[in-house]
Amino acid sequence: MNEREKKDPLREFGERLDKARAASQGPLGKAPDSPPSTGNALAFGWRVGIELVGAIVIAEFIGWAIDKWLGTRPWGMVVFFFLGVAAGMLNVYRAVTGMGGVVGFRQPSQDSKAPPTKGAGWNEDEED
Amino acid sequence: MAIELHPLDQFKIEPLIPIHIGGVDASFTNSALLMCITVALASLIVIWGSRGRALVPTRWQSLAEMSYEFIAGMIDDNVGHEGRDYFPFVFTLFMFILIGNLLGLIPYGYTFTGQIIVTFAMAAVVFIGVTIIGIAKHGWHFLSFFVPHGVPFVLLLLLVPIEVLSYIIRPFTLSIRLFANMMAGHTMLAIFAGFVAPLLLAAGAIKAFAVVPLGVDILLIFLELLVAALQAYVFTILTCLYLRDAIHLH
Repeated sequence: MNEREKKDPLREFGERLDKARAASQGPLGKAPDSPPSTGNALAFGWRVGIELVGAIVIAEFIGWAIDKWLGTRPWGMVVFFFLGVAAGMLNVYRAVTGMGGVVGFRQPSQDSKAPPTKGAGWNEDEED
Repeated sequence: MAIELHPLDQFKIEPLIPIHIGGVDASFTNSALLMCITVALASLIVIWGSRGRALVPTRWQSLAEMSYEFIAGMIDDNVGHEGRDYFPFVFTLFMFILIGNLLGLIPYGYTFTGQIIVTFAMAAVVFIGVTIIGIAKHGWHFLSFFVPHGVPFVLLLLLVPIEVLSYIIRPFTLSIRLFANMMAGHTMLAIFAGFVAPLLLAAGAIKAFAVVPLGVDILLIFLELLVAALQAYVFTILTCLYLRDAIHLH
């Protein structure tokens, strides 16, 4: 009984809240689920740019280090340059197709909450 | 008359309390001070905010609740429900970066997120942690991560190194992104601010033009507020995506 009495003002408050929310179906009511698109675009642009450039820089560094270690100058840097370009483009491709940072050409397991991934291409033969 | 401009001086690390232990410089620096303030502020917001536990939240409480729900929602959307185990880490990371970015915007403050070593340390923790979680959950099967499905063996020789490389690159891009954003923004602010004083010292009517860089700076501050929040968000969401990869391996 006591529980019920306690809940009543809660429910009333909920109704008032719903009404107030319905009344403000303007730009404010929409805000929570759609973050500002300029900000998103900016973040996405930065992400893609750094993904591409960063991959090449790091790959070149690894190539340089291998050259220094094994004395294979300039082949390590040459090979890792192309690997870096490929890895960078792969990462950009994944970011653009909405695959996030997924390594391996597979979709994450089909838990309902995971964001939709599309355009993956190589994942016809998934096991589970 | 000459004014020397050093837009990069703001990133200088200065020891406040010199501490040397066996030849290692472990001084308490301005960067460390700002980190301590950040941790204190983040704790204050959450602890003070959850003190009342009112049904109708106060401002502090809704600040704490909003940040909690934001990160909880982010983990649910991007990692799935199993990701909740890692909530404390992701939440701490987000609050630390966000508050650090915002504190850096206060004049005479210091932006420790503009130091590559700070961002790289955080990214390395994420990278190593995620790799350990992946190996702990899946054992050696984790290595199948790097082997694309249904690809002829000859192509694998080419694709596996690319996959491994694109995995290794993650902590670097993660740290460079945050560091470069913060450093570029703050340098830009300092450069435009540096134009104001020489213009004011110039002869006659040219003085009036000092308004232009000042106006640009004011606009830039707004942009930087956006970038500060955005980069904290990007860092955390990428952490979530990497976590998802490690947890939802096939």
